Amino acid sequence: MPTLTEFLILAAILFGLGIAGIIINRKNLIVLLMSLELILLSVNTNFVAFSHFLKNEIGQVFVFFILTVAASEAAIGLAILVVLYRKLNTIDVQSLDALKG
Amino acid sequence: MLTVTPLHIIFYIFAAIAISSGIAVVTAQNPIRSVLSLVVTFFAMAVIWMMLQAEFLSLVLLLVYVGAVMTLFLFVVMMLNSDREAKYGGFVHYLPWGILILLLMTGLIIVALFPNYFTLMMYSSEANSALPVQSNLERIGTLLYTDYVYPFEIAGVILLAAIIAAITLAHRDPRRRKVQDPAKQSLARREDNVRLVKMPAENPIKRGDNDANAH
Repeated sequence: MPTLTEFLILAAILFGLGIAGIIINRKNLIVLLMSLELILLSVNTNFVAFSHFLKNEIGQVFVFFILTVAASEAAIGLAILVVLYRKLNTIDVQSLDALKG
Repeated sequence: MLTVTPLHIIFYIFAAIAISSGIAVVTAQNPIRSVLSLVVTFFAMAVIWMMLQAEFLSLVLLLVYVGAVMTLFLFVVMMLNSDREAKYGGFVHYLPWGILILLLMTGLIIVALFPNYFTLMMYSSEANSALPVQSNLERIGTLLYTDYVYPFEIAGVILLAAIIAAITLAHRDPRRRKVQDPAKQSLARREDNVRLVKMPAENPIKRGDNDANAH
C-alpha cells in the first residue's frame, strides 16, 4: 500500500494544475470552471486519504458535503454562463470588463 | 525499506493517468477535449479513492460527477458553440506564470510533507489491513444519519436552492409559441369580437357580369 505522503503529493500536483489552469486560461470561462473542479477533486482526495490513514470516517462525510456544494456550484455557474452568453455573445474572460477592473 | 506491491503499481499507473489528463484539461485547445480529459481524471481518481477503501464516495464520484456534472458541462460547451473562442490568445503569454505557480504551489506542499516537518510516516496503513466489521457504506450512513443529520438536511436545502437558482437564471419566456391565455379568454366580451354589418338584403347582379369580373 502506498503511504499517505504519496497520496498527498498526488493531490498537491492536481491542486497545482488547477491553479495553473486558472492563470493560463484567459479565453474560455468553461475551462476556468473545470479547473475549479480539479482543485476540489484534489482537496477531496486529501480528505479521503487522511480519513483512511487515521481510520476515521468523518473525513468521508465531509467529502460528501463538499461534493454536494461543488455540484450545486457547477450548476449555478453554468446557468450564469448561459445567461452571460445570451447577453454578451461571448464567454471570453478578457472581454468581461464591464466593471473596468 | 519500501517494497513494491501490486497496489503500488496500480497507484502509480492511475496517478500517472490522472496527472497527464489533468495537464490535458488545462492545456487542451478545444473545450470539448478538455471536458473529456476531466472525465478521465475523475475515473482515475475514483480508482485511487477505491484503493483508499472509500467505496461509496468513489462510486458517487463516478455517478454524480461523470454522470451528471460532466454531462452538464458537455451540454453547455456544445450549446454555446464556442468554436470562435477556441483560438488561444493569451495562452503563450501566461504560460510561464502558470508553470511558475504550478511549481511553487506543488513544491511548497511537497516540501511541507517532508518527514522532518510533518510526521506522516507514523500513519502506516498496515494496521488497517484487518477486515473491518462494518462496510464503508454502513459506517458512513451511520455517521450521516446520527451525528451529521442536520448538515445532511442543510445539504438537501442547498441542492434545492441550486435547482431553483439554475432554473430561474436560465429560463426565458417562450417566444413564438402559440399558447392560450385563459384570463384574456374569459375577459373577452362580445362587443370586442363581433361586428354586425348592415347590408342590403339582396343585390341582384346579372350572372354574366359576375363571371366577367371574376376572370
